[in-house]
Amino acid sequence: MNKIDRVFNKKGSKALVGYITTGYPDVDTTLKAVPVMVENGCDIIELGIPFSDPIGDGPVIQQASYHALQNGINMEKCFEAASALSGQIDAPLVFMSYFNPVLHYGIERFACSAASAGISGLIVPDLPPGESLELRKACRSCDIHLIYMLSPNSTPERIRLVAQNAGGFIYLVTITGVTGARRSFPPELPALIEHIKAATQVPLCAGFGISTPAQVKTMASITDGVIFGSRLIQLIDEDPSLKKAGQFIRSLKEALDGA
Amino acid sequence: MQPDNKGYFGSFGGQYVPETLIPALDELAGAYEKYKNDSFFQAELARLNTSYSGRPTPLYPASRLTLRCGGGRILLKREDLTHTGAHKINNALGQGLLAKQMGKKRIVAETGAGQHGVATAAVCAMLGLECVVYMGSEDIKRQALNVTRMKLMGARVIPVATGSCTLKDAINEAIRYWITNVSTSHYLLGSVVGPHPYPRIVRDFQSVIGIEARQQMLECDGRLPDYVVACVGGGSNAMGIFHAFLPDEAVKLVGVEAAGKGVESGHHGATLNAGSPGILHGSKSYLLQDSNGQVSATHSISAGLDYPGVGPEHSYLKDSGRVKYVSADDAQALEGFKMLSSTEGIIPALETAHAIFTATRLASNMGRNEVVLVCLSGRGDKDMEIATPYLEVESE
Repeated sequence: MNKIDRVFNKKGSKALVGYITTGYPDVDTTLKAVPVMVENGCDIIELGIPFSDPIGDGPVIQQASYHALQNGINMEKCFEAASALSGQIDAPLVFMSYFNPVLHYGIERFACSAASAGISGLIVPDLPPGESLELRKACRSCDIHLIYMLSPNSTPERIRLVAQNAGGFIYLVTITGVTGARRSFPPELPALIEHIKAATQVPLCAGFGISTPAQVKTMASITDGVIFGSRLIQLIDEDPSLKKAGQFIRSLKEALDGA
Repeated sequence: MQPDNKGYFGSFGGQYVPETLIPALDELAGAYEKYKNDSFFQAELARLNTSYSGRPTPLYPASRLTLRCGGGRILLKREDLTHTGAHKINNALGQGLLAKQMGKKRIVAETGAGQHGVATAAVCAMLGLECVVYMGSEDIKRQALNVTRMKLMGARVIPVATGSCTLKDAINEAIRYWITNVSTSHYLLGSVVGPHPYPRIVRDFQSVIGIEARQQMLECDGRLPDYVVACVGGGSNAMGIFHAFLPDEAVKLVGVEAAGKGVESGHHGATLNAGSPGILHGSKSYLLQDSNGQVSATHSISAGLDYPGVGPEHSYLKDSGRVKYVSADDAQALEGFKMLSSTEGIIPALETAHAIFTATRLASNMGRNEVVLVCLSGRGDKDMEIATPYLEVESE
């Protein structure tokens, strides 16, 4: 069974999904930070593969991606990092990559290499279902879940399309916007979540804009999991010893368990 | 040709965007389908094309430039004479009207050289729409005059200081703004790039250039040109003039990319000459990228050609062989810039100067009864500051 399914099959528990930009500020930090993320309560780790033009990301992840690339991160090093981490932790690893690096590497070759590195899922924010057939096939043959996104403005047809093709979990983008902390979420979100839940059994995780325990609690009460990222990157900058990052994740985990 | 129902020209195009934008692209495609055949909309566009933009633009026989080259006749399609000084107004006007019909209150746009930003700012002022323009901080420096023009017409110009601080990064930021304000804003994309339906919409609004030029050729000369030459950054003026000539197989079409400091130097914007298929800004097309699929930094003396991508229809036309894509470097562009200025009293934009240079080379090797038609896509007032140091060096 795919490791992601195992996370959601545990009865009654919700998943905390943490994003980190691979190679920011360097690969060593990533290799140190991911075990800290897991120790403090992350159930799934999302490893970002940096891209030069991340159109779905806000300033924090843009900067992190830019600096990671300046510091020499590349696809092979991302595979190496994943490989090292998957031997060390049991939580599933998910890659987040824009489509061009995947396409350039070769779709099938990418899926095989990712699977060999212990990757269980893949998020490609600029690849909607209509363009994803080839990658979906390649992922399926390597037991990798291709994770699709929905957003507050998704129409019933889009929800149906994603529901039909979804695996692992559905990534619900909580706001119409790019990644990064926000104060509030659109009021239509609960109704949308109900709609998605009616369309599919695939677990639903909410991400974008989430940075506080209170937000985690609200979102977890109506979904199967919560995704965070930009705030963690800021805390890694603030405190390279990763203490602050660990405490932050712990506080989110407690909020999640209390939801 | 028309793209297929998924927005592909052959294997190029598509919609590689975050899910949040899909409803907006569907809405735009639906609105465009409705209004492109709407007689009221088309009449309004035609009226403003005439009374606001100054269309049709003339076809000018550049006799002294022709004489200088000593070969085929050179004719110029004078898009530089349109309101705001470049072909960009054709698309800004069309999309502005479309956005108004769609009930959008705010327009967001990107700009490289500033010509698309200026055209968009003008149209927004005229239609009473709010206007936000993203522009790379590097481009703001080299095109300061256009920044002032945009601001004067009420646009908010936001500097983009990420990545290479040029057109590519301005598009990234405009897309992010659109993702965030998708229900109230229209993204007025300025070239034949981006996700479907943009490459088709922009081409259609620009195709007026070629439709007029073809008819003017037949009326004045009773014949079609042997060559049509246009510069290619994203490729909107080129698609605009090429489109009407695509079925005329005897007419050779030539797109001119920016070779910057030379294609072999790595500092250039010659996407079709030196790139490979990839994904940038929502569509699959030729792309300048490194061995890891990261988008390459580019260079051109002209901000409008300083772009690592190109429109998907151009990629299709390259692979099909219908259009030949060549390149001219910074020095050659400056040569074209000076030659047209001194022989005809027409100062072209530095972007356009790449096409002028290539046309003069072609003309020199042609017979006297052959004709090369050049899309004079924009005027060069905006480039005086960039060009001055080069001109001074030579006069010393």
